[in-house]
Amino acid sequence: MTGLRSAASLAASIQSGDTSAADALAASQAAIAARDDEVRAFLHLTDERAAEQAAAVDAAVTAGETVGPLAGVPIALKDNMCTRGAPTTCSSKILEGWHPPYDATVVERLEAAGAVVVGKTNLDEFAMGSSTENSAYGATRNPLDTTRVPGGSSGGSAAAVAAEYVPLSLGSDTGGSIRQPASLCGVVGVKPTYGAVSRYGLIAFASSLDQIGPFAHTVGDAAICFDVISGHDPLDATSIPEALTPTVPTLDDGVEGLRIGIVSELMGEGIDADVLRRTEEAAEALAAAGATVDTVSVPATIYGLAAYYLIAPAEASSNLARYDGVRYGQRVDGANVATMNTNTRSAGFGDEVKRRIMLGTYALSSGYYDAYYGKAQRVRTLISDEFAAAYENFDLLLSPTSPSTAFELGAKSDPMALYMCDVCTIPSNLAGHPSISVPFGTGDDGLPVGVQVLAPMLQEPLMFRAAQALETAAGGLA
Amino acid sequence: MSDSANGTGADMSAVPEGWEMVIGLEVHVELATNTKLFCGCANQFGDEPNTNICPVCLGLPGSLPVVNAQAVEYAMTLGRALGCSVEPGIFARKNYFYPDMPKDYQISQYEEPTNENGSIRLPDGRVIGIERAHIEEDTGKSTHLGGGGRIHDATATLVDYNRAGVPLVEVVSRPDMHDAEAARLYVSELRDILLATGVSDARMEEGSMRVDANVSVRPTGSDELRTRCEIKNINSLRSLGRAINYEARRHVDLWTNGEAPRQETRHWDEDGGRTTSGRSKEDAEDYRYFACPDLPPLSPSDADIAAIDAAMPALPAARRAALAEAVGVEPAAVMLAVERGLDGLALDAIAAGADGATVLKHVDQNLHEGAGALTADGLAALVTMESDGALSATQVKTVLAEMVASGGDPASIAGSMGFEAMDTGELDGLLDQLIVDNPDEWGRFVEGDRKVQGFFVGQIMKATQGKADGKVVNQLMTQRAQG
Amino acid sequence: MSGEISRDEVAHVASLARLRLTDDELTTFTDQLCVVLETAAQLNALDLDDVEPMAQPYPLSNVLRPDVVVESLDRDEVLSQAPAAEDGRFRVPPALGEAP
Repeated sequence: MTGLRSAASLAASIQSGDTSAADALAASQAAIAARDDEVRAFLHLTDERAAEQAAAVDAAVTAGETVGPLAGVPIALKDNMCTRGAPTTCSSKILEGWHPPYDATVVERLEAAGAVVVGKTNLDEFAMGSSTENSAYGATRNPLDTTRVPGGSSGGSAAAVAAEYVPLSLGSDTGGSIRQPASLCGVVGVKPTYGAVSRYGLIAFASSLDQIGPFAHTVGDAAICFDVISGHDPLDATSIPEALTPTVPTLDDGVEGLRIGIVSELMGEGIDADVLRRTEEAAEALAAAGATVDTVSVPATIYGLAAYYLIAPAEASSNLARYDGVRYGQRVDGANVATMNTNTRSAGFGDEVKRRIMLGTYALSSGYYDAYYGKAQRVRTLISDEFAAAYENFDLLLSPTSPSTAFELGAKSDPMALYMCDVCTIPSNLAGHPSISVPFGTGDDGLPVGVQVLAPMLQEPLMFRAAQALETAAGGLA
Repeated sequence: MSDSANGTGADMSAVPEGWEMVIGLEVHVELATNTKLFCGCANQFGDEPNTNICPVCLGLPGSLPVVNAQAVEYAMTLGRALGCSVEPGIFARKNYFYPDMPKDYQISQYEEPTNENGSIRLPDGRVIGIERAHIEEDTGKSTHLGGGGRIHDATATLVDYNRAGVPLVEVVSRPDMHDAEAARLYVSELRDILLATGVSDARMEEGSMRVDANVSVRPTGSDELRTRCEIKNINSLRSLGRAINYEARRHVDLWTNGEAPRQETRHWDEDGGRTTSGRSKEDAEDYRYFACPDLPPLSPSDADIAAIDAAMPALPAARRAALAEAVGVEPAAVMLAVERGLDGLALDAIAAGADGATVLKHVDQNLHEGAGALTADGLAALVTMESDGALSATQVKTVLAEMVASGGDPASIAGSMGFEAMDTGELDGLLDQLIVDNPDEWGRFVEGDRKVQGFFVGQIMKATQGKADGKVVNQLMTQRAQG
Repeated sequence: MSGEISRDEVAHVASLARLRLTDDELTTFTDQLCVVLETAAQLNALDLDDVEPMAQPYPLSNVLRPDVVVESLDRDEVLSQAPAAEDGRFRVPPALGEAP
């Protein structure tokens, strides 16, 4: 049968009857069984649900019915997306044993398109981290070098694709949590426009920043998946109501005539030399493909990290209040309800989550709101305005995705050192713009480097075109 | 409402000479929507516990709120009915832990409420300012086990989330009220507005209208605002008056003794007739308000507001003014008629030629249960027969009851009941006989003792089985005595 | 902003967030939060007086749903996920006082 690297060809061979969804599922499960004790990408497998869905797809194919673009494609979900009747933990002890009574909108859309959900992947607890080491259920390892981290927080979903367990997976990206692990694992990762993909059923970290997006081996597969999961959802009031332009039809339109700007503030201090070199080569490749490439300054991006580490914890402190031991998840009892809340939360949350809850509580507290949260929200406007100015002269922007290639497990024990991993990815979240990480060669250590294409609001079609051009160029790299 | 004019006596309400009460009210009103504020669960009082719940109103991880269009429309309708300006509204999160609040934050409008700066004109003409009327979600309901239901002695708490997420508007008055009666009239008026607009069923006993009173006192003539206490758990208009008076007197006593009240929430104890200390406001929580990132702002257009205004039904104050003018009395005199929703009937009957005062008398005294099958034309015809002396007061009452029960016109009903006006000659004969039989009494009447007049009227009524018109008998007696 | 947070402030914030910290944790968290807040202090360099705050990246308004009843969840399924339930309701230890 067709391998598990390409969703598009797998779906085509299932649709044509060359192979079956059941066989594809079995192949995926075999790949996981063979190696996931070592990689630990998955927290739980959803075998029963997967078998039912695969059987339904196969029955539809046999009956000659029209099946969706992801018919029979095994897919992994980050374990912060609700799946009815199956565990959804956010890699936290506090949600251990919880089986949501509903499905996230993306899960419904994937299954409607024929995808087969094989399991739930590991993440940094509540998506707070950049290495997938902050999981209550142990760290995930980078399949390309298991002494290294896969990045995070969607490290399990990145690793599941990189290890070829599944051709597609979903992650969530609040400050780089899809793009950075994609970069470290050598796969494609997409952070869509804020509001393009429904957040209903995505367990909130920072509501004004969170977006769900796909991981894939190819830009084309990522585009197919994006087109499936995006679009208006009445259950999410921040979902964009206008119809979105599909990205697949224009994928191969090339970059001829596009103006692409390299963000100078993201090309300096703190970024490893090999990463910078690959980013410059990517720019050259785009120029060779017919784009006009120049550098552009977006000065406020250097304040992105500071603003992000106020806004995201502030929203998280409120979003995570509900884990109080009353309605679901774990409880550590106490003599009265307040003590029970405190016992439950103190035992149920890991240190990074506690750190961010306290930081966010402080940033919102009376007397500090204006100085911290209020000011950070103004910085968002500033960054957004400066991007808008840059996009008057450029169609797309380019930068590294991660300051470095995959680092060793345990290498970054200081929180601030980990926070620096997101310096290039955070500005897109703050502005709500889409961006994509595309593998572009390797670093001095032989590990993958990703470059990031940034686009204005809702310009995913253009972004995927440039990403496709980079993917083509990367195929010829030394 | 019917108990607005009685209840706590004026003597009980007064704080001692030299002191003035300062009262502001916060009224939570449950909106009469089909569904909750942020999800499609039924907004239904009295259902089995936890049967109207979903991921959103349970605050399950991953769920998101979406605002109910009808709740916003009701909130704006109430705002316009209260004379507020309708402004762009932003939903904020008020963060605090409590088990009946599923997300451990309440979504409420904070700095930018939908409605600002309105007022309520009381039937007696006083105007009470309204600071804001904002939209927020209700909490679930806690039941405290053990300790006789008292929260401090409870052994466990059970939580039902059917009410969690029910849409509320909180109407916040300015501290413009200075006696308990004003507070009672204010709440009564607000309730009438809610019922007239259909925004809420406004049942205090079911909790769909909940009143918290902020009470302080100050020396008369001063404009200072002293420490106030917020009184909760007020379940009726009668309690409202009692609680305010109790609390105001408590403050006066403290100040008089050289002490000061503590700023706190207090609970009205209906059985004990007193307020008891609750949570101190000094250790108030830091609610960490911020705009809810899941909810885009509301920004009603001028056209939206104009549509609300165009659909606005006649409000109690305007209805009172109209009826009062038609009858020729002060608006306060027609409160009952408007509360009963019988002002339209009364106006139509008056327009059809009936005497206003008589129409109002029947509406107030004889239509406690509503108008039933009674039509305005029928009422007008009946009142005209009464004014012409064609029927006695007792007969009118009987005919009216039949018209309420089954409709019909008064002349034929009176006819079928055998009610016909007695002719004066028949009454003259009866009176002659009575004078002969009761010479002493008649003598006293002639000398000016009007007390015996009732004796004669009563005897004639008895003899005619109520068919005689008392007014006509009086006239005959007076003529005879003078003659 | 000072860029720093005191040990007492961290303790207060932890209690607002219903978290209990040991003395060692309090020390560690205070140091770590100071570092993050020092980074946040970079924002002091910016003149933001004329810049509006951005609450949401994609400007929407009046996102409303029709007032139509949707089927509720099954109570037994929901209560089966609760740490404790009784009599069709969620059971918790006694509350110490009224809600604010």
